[in-house]
Amino acid sequence: MSGRVKPVTTIATIFFLASAVAPLFVASWATLFALILAKGIVVLGIILLLQAGQVSFGHAMFFATGAYTAAFWGKYVGGGDIVLFIVLGGITSAVFGLIVGLFVVRYREIFFGMLNLAFSMVLWSLLEKMFHYTNGADGIRVPRPALLGLSFTPETFQYVILYVSLLIAVVAFYGVQRYLDSPLGHMLRAVKSNETRLEYLGTSARRVLLIGYVISAFLGGIGGTLVAIIQQIATPEFGFWTKSGEFVFIAILGGSAHAFGAFAGAAMFECVRFYAAAHLADTWQLILGAVLIVIILYAPNGLIGLRQRYGQAKQGGH
Amino acid sequence: MNSTLAILAILDGISYAALVFLVSVGLSLIFGVLRVVNVAHGSLYAFGAYLAATFSLAIAPISPWLTYPALLAASIVIGVVCGGFIERFLLRPLSGQEDVLQLLITFAAFMIMDNLQRLIWGVQPIFAAEPLRLLPNIAVFGVSYTSYQVILLPGVALATLFGLRYFLRRTLSGAVILAVTEDREASTAIGIDAKRVYFVTFVIGASLAALGGALASPTTSLVPGMGADMIVLSFAVAATAGLGQIEGTALTALMIGLTRAFVIYLQPEFEVLVPYLLMVLVLLVRPFGLFGAVQVRKI
Repeated sequence: MSGRVKPVTTIATIFFLASAVAPLFVASWATLFALILAKGIVVLGIILLLQAGQVSFGHAMFFATGAYTAAFWGKYVGGGDIVLFIVLGGITSAVFGLIVGLFVVRYREIFFGMLNLAFSMVLWSLLEKMFHYTNGADGIRVPRPALLGLSFTPETFQYVILYVSLLIAVVAFYGVQRYLDSPLGHMLRAVKSNETRLEYLGTSARRVLLIGYVISAFLGGIGGTLVAIIQQIATPEFGFWTKSGEFVFIAILGGSAHAFGAFAGAAMFECVRFYAAAHLADTWQLILGAVLIVIILYAPNGLIGLRQRYGQAKQGGH
Repeated sequence: MNSTLAILAILDGISYAALVFLVSVGLSLIFGVLRVVNVAHGSLYAFGAYLAATFSLAIAPISPWLTYPALLAASIVIGVVCGGFIERFLLRPLSGQEDVLQLLITFAAFMIMDNLQRLIWGVQPIFAAEPLRLLPNIAVFGVSYTSYQVILLPGVALATLFGLRYFLRRTLSGAVILAVTEDREASTAIGIDAKRVYFVTFVIGASLAALGGALASPTTSLVPGMGADMIVLSFAVAATAGLGQIEGTALTALMIGLTRAFVIYLQPEFEVLVPYLLMVLVLLVRPFGLFGAVQVRKI
């Protein structure tokens, strides 16, 4: 197992180094890479649940919770600090994840997905319709926060947020990998492969899934907070079902077998969107859809799977 | 709320429920047979609406009465062309694969169709109310309402409901579909072409979505994003009823339609919330839906 994972870890290291260095040469990449890393953090959460065989088609609710935590703080308290936003965003979405999780972990597969979708649509319609508090569909502007009391010009700030995202992404990536390799992580995988046996071993499958769910909500919230800070806005669209679909899309695109799939997928997704939106403004969504179809039909294990398949072919089909 | 408003709300609710039923029952039928949640269902609804508007705007100068067959033609064209394409080239290669991939490929179809819709019909609202204006208004308990919405739409919905019931329970083709749903392997063994059954079912379901869109086109302006809204709504109805339940879908559509109409008159800001809140409440208590049969859990 470790022999197969190692090359991916090397690629992950190269990727994280590249996202630290490359934007120093091309300024417009700072925001692009920050977005990739932030979305990658959210998708880590999706991949975590995919280990248990569960697909959440409502994870955007935690993404939106994180984003709106920062936005509400800016609107009602004023000021704000990146660290404070991230801590608050993480805590609120983890608590929200615990509440929703208590209900949804009782169900599996399509019922799990449906209930997640239902909860997220309730949150979306509240965000959209409670106009007095949320500004409705226009969303709330998130003013540029300080970092530990230091404030920055817009040019410096894009690098500040990039390196903050990078730091969190590396920690989250390492943490999720450790979690999946831990006994708790293996139990999470057992929910997919044989839940009955897990129960016979004296473990509560629901509790195992709940822990995974809360971690995944926590990651979603942090990613949402980061994206709200990067884009300086939080809108109800952050919690719409298409956003949830986008996250599952990125997870499958990158490959759900390994935590790095989240970042590989996010990088490809955001790059296609970044360049297609710049050159083919009207058709970027069409291109992404076509990419997704090709990936699902010809490489269902995602980009990571492609690499592993290539590696196996080289070793003589093991 | 006085009685006039109450009647108005009931009529609104019924005409809305009829449209929602057509779309949701298609989704439910597809899930019942293929076990796939068709995320592109809302796009089929939107395509049906746009193509119907295009057809009826084109044919209205010749004879306004021809707009009715135009609506029907548009929904069949969309159902066969788009629905057929999705089933044949996207879902069929994935049969037997993980559910998430099947769900996601219809999501890809949704993204592509959403984009195509903006490329073909633009982002300006389109309005084609000819079929609505042709039929006279009628008075229901003193409230004047368009007969298109209170007679034609519920009529089509009821015809669909009973037609589907008859088709599935009284005809040979219906029995074949049920057989494949029960046990695909066994039915293949006795010579049923399961692939063809999947194809036909998907085309029927897609045509129903497009028919819902086509019939909705005269009553509302067509805007981008209508497909994304409709898919979650129809999904909420189908899931609340229990996926695969035809009569249940009709009752749930009526329930959600009426509740929504009353909420619009009483607390308009909570209109969008209604279906999703109902869905959460129902699924928490009965995850298999109001009318769904209890399934044997895997645990």
